Amino acid sequence: MQPCQVDVPNPVDAGDIAVLTSHLTKTFESPSGTVTALDDLNIQVRRGEFICIVGPSGCGKTTLLRIMAGLEKQTSGRIYVHRSSNNRPLTAMVFQSDSIFPWMTVERNVGYGLQMQRLPKKQREETVKKLLAMTGLTAFAQSYPHQLSGGMKQRVNVARAFAADPEILLMDEPFGLLDEQNRLILQKELMDIWQESQKTTVFITHSVDEALVLGDRLLVMTAQPGKVKRIIDIDLERPRDIVSLRGDRRFIELYSEVWHLLSEEVRRSRARQE
Amino acid sequence: MSDYVRKTSGRGFQDEVVVLEDVQETGPSLVAKRTLFRLITFLSPSLLLVLWEVLARLNVIDVRLFSRPSLIFQTLFPLMSSGELFRHAWISVQRIILGFLCGAVPGVVLGLSMGLFPPVRASLMPLVASTFPIPKLAIMPLILIVFGLGEASKVFTIAIGVFYLVLINSMTGVLSIDPIFLDVAKNFGASRRQFYLTVALPGSLPMIFAGLKLGMGTALLLIVAAELSAAQAGVGWMVWRAYDMFDIERMFSALITLAVMGYLLSIALDALEKKIIPWKER
Repeated sequence: MQPCQVDVPNPVDAGDIAVLTSHLTKTFESPSGTVTALDDLNIQVRRGEFICIVGPSGCGKTTLLRIMAGLEKQTSGRIYVHRSSNNRPLTAMVFQSDSIFPWMTVERNVGYGLQMQRLPKKQREETVKKLLAMTGLTAFAQSYPHQLSGGMKQRVNVARAFAADPEILLMDEPFGLLDEQNRLILQKELMDIWQESQKTTVFITHSVDEALVLGDRLLVMTAQPGKVKRIIDIDLERPRDIVSLRGDRRFIELYSEVWHLLSEEVRRSRARQE
Repeated sequence: MSDYVRKTSGRGFQDEVVVLEDVQETGPSLVAKRTLFRLITFLSPSLLLVLWEVLARLNVIDVRLFSRPSLIFQTLFPLMSSGELFRHAWISVQRIILGFLCGAVPGVVLGLSMGLFPPVRASLMPLVASTFPIPKLAIMPLILIVFGLGEASKVFTIAIGVFYLVLINSMTGVLSIDPIFLDVAKNFGASRRQFYLTVALPGSLPMIFAGLKLGMGTALLLIVAAELSAAQAGVGWMVWRAYDMFDIERMFSALITLAVMGYLLSIALDALEKKIIPWKER
């Protein structure tokens, strides 16, 4: 279940690498033949960085994240994850939508990872309390998800992942289904929490805008089969103001650069479909 | 919003101005409407009883077959004040609850196991699918032969009816849990045991309760059949006994009791559901 291979010395233990994939390939069998989702992917995620991944739909970015999360197994290749402490989980994932448990209160949802790690109740409550406060959920601690709005539910989702205190935080388009206002607010809140924790984060999005606002680096993937097309350093100063940033000259340059790369791939994948 | 008054400025077809005016809604307020509906809910059955009484007195309907409300109440009240009715009702309720538990508990356990473990499902499903359609009434003679004429046969009849419904619902409950919750549990490192307790069981509870409610309906149906043969007491027995004696009023008294029992039992189940599934949207 863990993506880390233990039979060989872990190459990420030296240096400042958090995740390393080596010749990572994933194929699926479908009625129309073998589909290659990821093709010989070699990427490195640095410790403490916020890396965003964009790519056309179906480029395998979610597959990559699911392999990192231990939810799927690669067909070939290796993936290494740096482990700093034995009592921390390797990854915790923020899922795209309604993935918080409807049968648990907000408080129990946020503490889920800690409960699975069998942490003492007192310690659990402390962490949960802190995260509820950070995400503005304290007043809703005893509420059930069906009483919350979409934005509130995603706050719980984010808080649950941070509470588990993983080595790597994985996010699969966590704000993709929110409306524009909520998305901006949650991006801002995510930035604040992340800045404080400095957690290595892999963030998938289909929004170039969102990737540039949040990330340190941006990985553009090719259309299927998924490969690395380009890795771009987002040299925008932190802390970033997510609103005024959109008028920044460098932001606009980066935006058009990424959009240009991306549209090539979208066109390519459309041409293949026809 | 239903009526609009259209006014035109009368400046020709090209640039006609149409004024849409929302006509003020008149009539009773929402509160008054609600009170009215409540009144109707209460009055309609009462009206039916009055109609029944009148038609019976006018000899439009045969009093020997259908009796009339006033006669029925004349029989019902002494039955209540003597405690006889409650004695029979209590005996039936005990049988229902015992049978219900004997059916529901194994139903939940087996249903959950079938939902969770594909090998269990594969081996038991053909058995369940082939025996479920057999009408439970059709196996009553067999039950009587096996369990004898005592309490066991009555409890078992109810249990078998409840069992299937609860089993099938529990299994469906597990199978219909959104796969994303399995991913979450796996990603956060839940052990098998933790997965059962934090995802599988609570996730299937709403469906389990739907099964329990269906089962309760069936239990009421089966109690009457079960008390048909070899019973000395119970509301179902009262119905059949009244049939033997051609005592229509007594029969109606028993039927009313059954209706009240069913209503109270379903209220009890609803209350239990509210307690156990506080997260359910209502």
